[in-house]
Amino acid sequence: MAAFDPQQMIKSLPDAFKKLNPATLWRNPVMLIVEIGAVFTTVLAVLEPNFFSWAIVVWLWLTVLFANLAEAVAEGRGKAQAATLRATKRDTTAVKVSGEVVSATELKQGDEVVVVAGEIIPGDGDVIEGIASVDESAITGESAPVIRESGGDRSAVTGGTKVLSDRIVVRITQKPGESFIDRMIALVEGANRQKTPNEIALNILLAALTIIFLVATVTMQPMAIWAKGANPGIPDSLALTGDGVSGIVLVSLLVCLIPTTIGALLSAIGIAGMDRLVQRNVLAMSGRAVEAAGDVSTLLLDKTGTITLGNRQAAEFLPVAGVGEQELAEAAQLSSLADETPEGRSIVVFAKERYGLRERDVHDAEWVPFTAQTRMSGVNVGGREVRKGAATAVMKWVRDNGGHPTEQVGAIVDAISGSGGTPLVVAQKDQVLGVVHLKDTVKPGMRERFDEMRRMGIRTVMITGDNPLTAKAIADEAGVDDFLAEATPEDKLALIKREQEGGRLVAMTGDGTNDAPALAQSDVGVAMNTGTSAAKEAGNMVDLDSNPTKLIEIVEIGKQLLITRGALTTFSIANDIAKYFAIIPAMFAAVYPGLDALNVMRLDSPQSAILSAVVFNAIVIVALIPLALRGVKYRPSSASKLLSRNLLVYGLGGIVAPFIGIKLIDLLISGIV
Amino acid sequence: MGWLFILSLIVALALVYKPLGDYMHRVYAGTKHNGVERVTYRLLGVRPDTEQRWGAYARSLLAFSIISIFFVYALQRVQDELWLSLGFAPVPDHIAWNTAVSFVTNTNWQAYSGENTMGHLTQMAALAVQNFVSAAVGMAVAIALVRGFARRGSDTIGNFWVDLVRGTLRILLPIAFVGALVLVAGGVVQNFVGPHEITTLTGNVQNVTGGPVASQEVIKELGTNGGGFYNTNSAHPYENPTAWTNWFEIFLILLIPVTLTRTFGRMVGQLRQGYAILAVMGVIAVASIVLTNVFELAGNATVPQAVGAAMEGKDVRFGVANSATFAAATTLTSTGAVNSFHDSYTPFGGMMTLFNMMLGEVAPGGVGAGLYGMLVLAVITVFVAGLMVGRTPEYLGKKIGAREIKLASLYFLVTPVLVLIGTAVAMGNEAGLAAMLNSGPHGFSEILYAFTSASNNNGSAFGGVTVNTPWYDVALGMCMVLGRFLPIIFVLALAGSLAKQTPVPESAGTLPTHRPQFVGLVVGVTIVLVALTFLPALALGPIAEGLF
Repeated sequence: MAAFDPQQMIKSLPDAFKKLNPATLWRNPVMLIVEIGAVFTTVLAVLEPNFFSWAIVVWLWLTVLFANLAEAVAEGRGKAQAATLRATKRDTTAVKVSGEVVSATELKQGDEVVVVAGEIIPGDGDVIEGIASVDESAITGESAPVIRESGGDRSAVTGGTKVLSDRIVVRITQKPGESFIDRMIALVEGANRQKTPNEIALNILLAALTIIFLVATVTMQPMAIWAKGANPGIPDSLALTGDGVSGIVLVSLLVCLIPTTIGALLSAIGIAGMDRLVQRNVLAMSGRAVEAAGDVSTLLLDKTGTITLGNRQAAEFLPVAGVGEQELAEAAQLSSLADETPEGRSIVVFAKERYGLRERDVHDAEWVPFTAQTRMSGVNVGGREVRKGAATAVMKWVRDNGGHPTEQVGAIVDAISGSGGTPLVVAQKDQVLGVVHLKDTVKPGMRERFDEMRRMGIRTVMITGDNPLTAKAIADEAGVDDFLAEATPEDKLALIKREQEGGRLVAMTGDGTNDAPALAQSDVGVAMNTGTSAAKEAGNMVDLDSNPTKLIEIVEIGKQLLITRGALTTFSIANDIAKYFAIIPAMFAAVYPGLDALNVMRLDSPQSAILSAVVFNAIVIVALIPLALRGVKYRPSSASKLLSRNLLVYGLGGIVAPFIGIKLIDLLISGIV
Repeated sequence: MGWLFILSLIVALALVYKPLGDYMHRVYAGTKHNGVERVTYRLLGVRPDTEQRWGAYARSLLAFSIISIFFVYALQRVQDELWLSLGFAPVPDHIAWNTAVSFVTNTNWQAYSGENTMGHLTQMAALAVQNFVSAAVGMAVAIALVRGFARRGSDTIGNFWVDLVRGTLRILLPIAFVGALVLVAGGVVQNFVGPHEITTLTGNVQNVTGGPVASQEVIKELGTNGGGFYNTNSAHPYENPTAWTNWFEIFLILLIPVTLTRTFGRMVGQLRQGYAILAVMGVIAVASIVLTNVFELAGNATVPQAVGAAMEGKDVRFGVANSATFAAATTLTSTGAVNSFHDSYTPFGGMMTLFNMMLGEVAPGGVGAGLYGMLVLAVITVFVAGLMVGRTPEYLGKKIGAREIKLASLYFLVTPVLVLIGTAVAMGNEAGLAAMLNSGPHGFSEILYAFTSASNNNGSAFGGVTVNTPWYDVALGMCMVLGRFLPIIFVLALAGSLAKQTPVPESAGTLPTHRPQFVGLVVGVTIVLVALTFLPALALGPIAEGLF
């Protein structure tokens, strides 16, 4: 992702100016105070113009402008995306089943429309008749077409996508104006962005700090007047006269002390967090969900497709005594040549790779397809009858043919089941040849991901329809913390509720209609875009790539969002120490010369000290915009380690940086002021 | 000697830490009532087995405190009509109000001179009683907050009347009884004798008053109250005769605030959390005590450098080090008893006593008040630090959300706002300035100290300000009331919202709050926040005076 482009800053400048409107700014109390201060000092500078006053006025306005710029830049990226989406949202017409032609915008829930090849689907809905290939690149960016058909879990279609072949009848499920694309546009634009719970809490803390510094600054005035009055011989300075500290300096001190850095960047951080999800093709329906992702303590992961590659594959040929491996491989391959199931294909591939058996053309073969009744498949060719299938079914077939399977077969079958695999018995007429070991293959790198999760304090639970034995074997191999075997949708829902009662936050992915209750119950429910519209309605995020593994990335983005806020808050508060050392001696060293000892930076003059602090305060906002948008670097590790690292960088760094920065600015401007 | 004094105190506190902390846990967690308690509840008309929501708890507490203020006020106003008045006139209205508020809020700011104003009955029935119950109120609030952390999904946070009665009868009274006997053995007086006229060695005539001193002295320290029987407080030989009674009084001051951290650990079921809070208090306290000693022993000021030591305002019985330690202990807690004249301290030594109070008196703080103040600071720390580990911040499994941080922030805001606005108003106002006896930064420090002491419910005085004027009595009285009860309301509300939550289970992703890392963080956040708040004021006072 292009982290940051200086061009965006310039493009966003007009928006930054628009945001100077107090009616917009009141949502951000810290910056509102700065703006009020800027107005106040402008009036003072007009009444009593001098270079110092005007310099302060300019930099105070710049402070507000920089804060607006941060927000405008963050929003700008979403706007660009929204524009692309809007372009796809052309005016389309819809043909109802009745033959009536209406504009797409007039469609209501429950209307049934016909869409044929080459047409744009007029609204979100479910296919109720037919099958078609659909180009969904407008929303997913993925150019390969997908299949949509009535019934089952692949019935959902999205308005704005294009039917490439065939004809389907779609029942509209959206309300007018609330299509998926409409919501997507609103989301990336941040049009109705709500503050998230943590953001609200942080805003309260920032408001409290602002009040404290406001009180500290305002109450200083009578103390300063008295101090000046008690030392009559001392001439007035620019900062302090018999009327107290000058308004310009007082406002400067206030602006330097209140947490402007985090106040300026807070909303940009939030928008950028949502944006980072969009970059990964995930749509969060609310910022609340993104934040909750950081808090997740239990991840429910579907075994198939998420943890394993999804298809069981041949991993071993185990012949019975008296049969050679090669012989078994040959029989297994022969029986699978016409078998187009993934398991069947994998047997052919395995036989070729391991035993060098090429695929061959078999003539006059009679293929016996798999049925739910026989639970086996095979071939009759040249007098040979070969079958492969479920152990009980094949063994019954052998017995029916007059054979007597040995106990060894049972032992091999049990051993495979025990290890989590699926045994497939291969037999010829009245003799069992051996067993094919079909194995669920764990995706590479999953164990490392789960170890990482554990270090982050997240429990991973694998959900599978397999029996407990098989489930345990896969769970052990993948390294998940727990598993739920023979899971029904009700089990899944119960598990989520149980975890939540213990105070845990649960995240899961789902795509089927029967996942909907669990998706709705979970704190972070990521629906696959390929899923049904019920699933998409129930979840609070949609993954356009339909990649369940992405849940892990979503959690990391949620954490990164919170860390960025915390780090910049710490940085902002830590900055204040240096600013005091700049401004307090500048204000009072004239009355109490001893206080010059606090001028540890040896700043040139009171004016340059105060101006340097104000300039630093403004510049640091711009300097941190890229960080706010990109987010603080996140490496999965324990809370303790994370804290130590961030404290060192943003806490200690926040104390030291302004001492250096203010001194440098002072060196630059000391000749001018 | 100074080091041995501090070290022996730490050892003594370590010895009683476990038994007393566990005992207090049993007191507050127990379900049985003894006979005296049952009678008390019947007289009060409360049902001791009914629990209260935070609102009811707060209303009971406020009602009790308001009635107490009226009672203490009335007794002072009619003391001449009652027994043991020693012939003293009724206390003037503004002083009576100030004193009533002062003792009910556990401040014990004394705008009057003890032995010359109050009869024995007022001292015993009004002031000493408040020394007990105001301390028990503070402990009750702390326990209620801890319950908030410890409970899961609960609407209630305990019963105020039960907490009040048990704290008084089962904790404060027994310790006070034993402590009083120890003090009597050490030479503290305990009688009903009125003023004696004595001719001193130099031929002057002096009035020496006896009275029930030991019984009041012990609770003055134990309940971190600080209101002396005599005007000179613990510098008076009848209150604090020897170096070892001095040691014992500091021990009493620190006893409950320190051991309550153990009670806290027990109640939340994780002793190490209690140790962590104790460590935060310990680090701040030891640093402060050592710095105060260093500043006083170095004597960085014109007069001490001329005469060789900062002995002005310190009693030769105690010397510089033991006085400095007492001064730090009394301001680190909300005691405010003094055995030396803080006004005479070196600028930086005096600043330490000010800064101790500005910290909110949390190391270890007043009885109860120290613990709840420190827990609020821990909540604020957890909020900032917790975000940095990428989770919604949580402390002891309870999430620190918008409501919690709002209450914690409001708590934190109260005292700085009172101190700064109070001082600013005094500095910009005829009545405020007229009372100043000194000029320059030191004169300013004296006003700042008065408002800091009142708002934080400490009660010690720098001196140098004529504070028994109506203006100061009212202004400081307001600071005491608001500085006591606003934070209490916020703490109880916080307890209520925490108690409702179901705790989040701990995991590797949880910020551990028992490690040195967290201890250091709370210390850092506390000191930085307080320093940033008060630096302008301190710069115009003690810092300007010290950097001459």
